[in-house]
Amino acid sequence: MNTKVSLAGVTFKNPVMTASGTFGSGKEFSEFVDLSKLGAVVTKGVANAPWTGNPTPRIAETYGGMLNAVGLQNPGIDMFVERDIPFLAKYDTRIVVNVCGRTVQDYCEVVERLASQPVDMLEINISCPNVEEGGIAFGQSAKSIEGITKEVKRHAKQPIIMKLSPNVTDIAEMAKAAEAGGADVLSLINTITGMKIDIRSRKFALANKTGGLSGPAIHPIAVRMVYQAAQAVNIPIIGMGGILTAEDAIEMMLAGASAIAVGTANFRNPQVTMEIVQGICEYMEEYSVEDISELIGAVG
Amino acid sequence: MADKFKEQAVIIRQEEISYGIYSMWLKTDKIAGHAKPGQFISIYCHEGSRLLPRPISICEIDRADQALRIVYRVQGRGTEEFSKMRTGGSVDIVGPLGNGFPLKEKKAFLIGGGIGIPPMLQLAKELKCEKQMILGYQDSLFLQEEFKRLGNPYVATEDGSYGTEGNVMDAIRENGLDAEIIYACGPLPMLRAVKEYAREKNMECWVSLEERMACGIGACLGCVCKSKERDGHTNVNSKRICKEGPVFRAEEVDF
Repeated sequence: MNTKVSLAGVTFKNPVMTASGTFGSGKEFSEFVDLSKLGAVVTKGVANAPWTGNPTPRIAETYGGMLNAVGLQNPGIDMFVERDIPFLAKYDTRIVVNVCGRTVQDYCEVVERLASQPVDMLEINISCPNVEEGGIAFGQSAKSIEGITKEVKRHAKQPIIMKLSPNVTDIAEMAKAAEAGGADVLSLINTITGMKIDIRSRKFALANKTGGLSGPAIHPIAVRMVYQAAQAVNIPIIGMGGILTAEDAIEMMLAGASAIAVGTANFRNPQVTMEIVQGICEYMEEYSVEDISELIGAVG
Repeated sequence: MADKFKEQAVIIRQEEISYGIYSMWLKTDKIAGHAKPGQFISIYCHEGSRLLPRPISICEIDRADQALRIVYRVQGRGTEEFSKMRTGGSVDIVGPLGNGFPLKEKKAFLIGGGIGIPPMLQLAKELKCEKQMILGYQDSLFLQEEFKRLGNPYVATEDGSYGTEGNVMDAIRENGLDAEIIYACGPLPMLRAVKEYAREKNMECWVSLEERMACGIGACLGCVCKSKERDGHTNVNSKRICKEGPVFRAEEVDF
């Protein structure tokens, strides 16, 4: 039974990754998870300088989901390179660094700093709904997606993954734009912009008013968008959005994802990533799947 | 070495000890043995639509029997679900989480307000020095017997039905109390008053904060507070309540 998947020439021992922002750089979760059992750790977004993030409350639970407006609080690339990469390098897993920025220049600076680092891939976050500058501002028009992808690709040594937003009218168009710009891989979906109001206090649940909705509530939307993007492009896709179980992960692969990322589910169960790896193996055994790549896009 | 654990705890017993306030004893495997006063546990709902664990402070630790007591208020659907759990049932928990109170050999005020009272109980049990417990309630009392076993708690009630009419600061003034160090947990207006009092008297003061949390273990950066020092984790003036806290030096954090 083969669980290895290959994306842009990089081989992953299994298709299970962590979704950026839900797993830090793995240190806190390493008390519950053997990181070496994961296909990859995708880090929280890192910028060229430290970011303070948004005011609190940053978190609100919703039915079958949660809203967050953390605002990409991060230590900046210097501390990240000094501390987080050496920590992750101790494990037998792939390292994918999520990169955020306010300007194209910011992204390129971080990408250049990472060129000499033992990092396997870069995930470019052009889809964070919780920051005013950068983030989603780059991810909502095909023209700007293609532009930033080209620019980042020019500076990057490792393969780049463009992380797309679901807050668009036509995901296929955005996926094609990233491919045209030279993206090696696509990641989708980021969170869906939402809002919650406390009816007793008549106040917004989040200080930022709006936040990104994640969790099982958005899973069918993610499956649909991964399917549409996979139909539109020839580059591999990392599928994410509300994956809670191995069944959800397999569904995402059948829709067209070559790998999957687990996000909010880590909060529901800190050991869930390992359980999903195990569950995928059990499914493959039960349905006599020799090679996991047989599942990719196999719906129909 | 890992000092946090994910376990399926078994409910030893649960009772409603005041209106909407529940006391639950949980049998753990390792968590109770590693827990300290002022730390908390994450409790996970059975109901699948509620994804996030509820962070609840530890009220008492029975290390010999590996048991933990939590005392919580039914605040929403998650805590309502917990309140219906029965003896012998099980629940997933992660802990112990956060830093806990430092135990210092100084004449102490232990100040608890409302649902901030429970963590003061284990602290009172472990502080061997001279201590005065000042407890502020809205109206009906709870945990009084337990505190009385450890000393003579001063009580304030907002409606004046018991003890000093008013808040914990009124109780300190009315009883002419003094101390060298303060440990406090309670609603923000109370903590702000305690912080101001400590500043005026130039006293060492430790407060336990709360915030909406997602992961509970320091990864998601959902539950931060503004801090004077840069935090070691993200190098900005923003500390994680679940990790560097929930207990902070009062002057170190803005709230």
